[in-house]
Amino acid sequence: MIRELICITCPRGCHLKVDENLNVTGNFCPRGAAYAKAELTHPVRTLTSTVVIKSNLDNRVPVKSNNPLPKELIAKAMEEINKVRLSAPVHIGDVAIKNIFDTGVDIVVTKNVLE
Amino acid sequence: MLNRDLVIIGGGSAGMAAAVKAHELGVKDILILEKNNYLGGILNQCIHNGFGLHEFKEELTGPEFMTRFSDQVNALGIEYRLNSNVINVSNDKVVTYSNKEEGVVEVKAKAIILTAGCYERNAGAIQIAGDRPSGIYTAGQAQLYLNCYGYLVGKKVFILGSGDIGLIMARRMTLEGAKVLGVAELMPYSAGLNRNIVQCLQDFNIPLYLSHTVKEVKGKKHLEKVVIAKVDDHMKFIPGTEMEFDVDTLLLSVGLIPNVDLFNELPLSFSKTRGAKVNQAMETEIPGIFSAGNVLHVHDLVDYVVSEAKEAAIGAKLYLDGKLTHKGHKYDVIPGNGVGYVVPQVVYIDDASDSISFKFRVAHPFKDVNIYIKDGETVLKKIFKPAIIPSEMEIVNIPKANFTRETNTISVYVEEKK
Repeated sequence: MIRELICITCPRGCHLKVDENLNVTGNFCPRGAAYAKAELTHPVRTLTSTVVIKSNLDNRVPVKSNNPLPKELIAKAMEEINKVRLSAPVHIGDVAIKNIFDTGVDIVVTKNVLE
Repeated sequence: MLNRDLVIIGGGSAGMAAAVKAHELGVKDILILEKNNYLGGILNQCIHNGFGLHEFKEELTGPEFMTRFSDQVNALGIEYRLNSNVINVSNDKVVTYSNKEEGVVEVKAKAIILTAGCYERNAGAIQIAGDRPSGIYTAGQAQLYLNCYGYLVGKKVFILGSGDIGLIMARRMTLEGAKVLGVAELMPYSAGLNRNIVQCLQDFNIPLYLSHTVKEVKGKKHLEKVVIAKVDDHMKFIPGTEMEFDVDTLLLSVGLIPNVDLFNELPLSFSKTRGAKVNQAMETEIPGIFSAGNVLHVHDLVDYVVSEAKEAAIGAKLYLDGKLTHKGHKYDVIPGNGVGYVVPQVVYIDDASDSISFKFRVAHPFKDVNIYIKDGETVLKKIFKPAIIPSEMEIVNIPKANFTRETNTISVYVEEKK
């Protein structure tokens, strides 16, 4: 059976076709093939959110998972992210949660909040 | 009065990219005017990822992308004023702005680039029938409240319009614990990128109702219900297709409009994009006044905003060097069958550098079609598209040498199968 997918790796949004042996066609770049294989075996997503910060400027600072997380962990990861409390100054790349659920993925800050 | 070679109005991604490029080309006497208290514009609240794949060859979030540029602006020592609101732009290039420290200030510019972005169509603009309760927001407003202030505007949400910000907010509010009951789109196809339909709606089992719109909103003080219904080919409601949703929030993601207020008093004409008409250098009909980014036409990708802003900076440099002559061979660029708009609208081929980029959108979706860019009857480019939709902008670069200079019309059109 041929499965049809839309690649979400980039905004190009290639229309992919995948056969039962995980051969991928319709992809513009190699990332599309990797996406299709992952999507049909163990789908992952990059998670972005915000955490509470004590600062003179902002109430929230944005964060992301520095690598994609297994899809089934996204909701649990949100619970952990919502427990975090940071204080300014923070910088892009600062780790908010190290190695979340032993995935090897860190939740990192994506904006400089300096005061 | 201050004097500057180049004044850039708006310190978002387009303004910063234009400033950095102009500086690189040798224009050092630059002033960026920004109304907010930071450089970066709308990217500050776009905390999702997917930015920068063209510009930086990696996937960044909005705040990371804007910081790449603001770091460059700071490192180059490019001058900018924050909290500064531009009040007026005159025909002879005097820019008037105001802020708390300086009061009202006039700057005489040799060249100006307007990079003021766009704004969202709101509830008033689409005239929703029914009550006038609280709880109706534009998607961007809700995004600002949630991502910057930490305030979730509601718990039971319906979204009207399938623009990208609405889709992104469907996911974002779901992750923060709200229940998004559905998205209604007036057109029979989505206004957002396909990838956002997948990762923002399908991932969370949020239904997308195509050819549907809100028929009525109900609520005494706060929003209580939205009623949606299906529309026919003439956008008329089909009786009996009504669906009612109990909600406390309606988000609107129903279009973005170039913020050209500062151009309204100037003798300029505007294109179908609602931005100013421009030539190949992103120069408006007033020599030395340029426009780029979402104030010119609304883009899907910030990477494309940045490349357009760089084109405007190159144009400004040529203008300052006296090399935009508006002489020689002139083309009018005409959107033909199936094409919604094309930027630029005019090409002075002798003023162009090595190639000219045409940006366009189709008027509605097509499958298996050829798109032609023609110089009179000469084909400059033929592109086959297995699928093409209005929400995805096309960019085609054509080398200067390929133009015939024998006609005065460049046409861009879709050839439909018979």
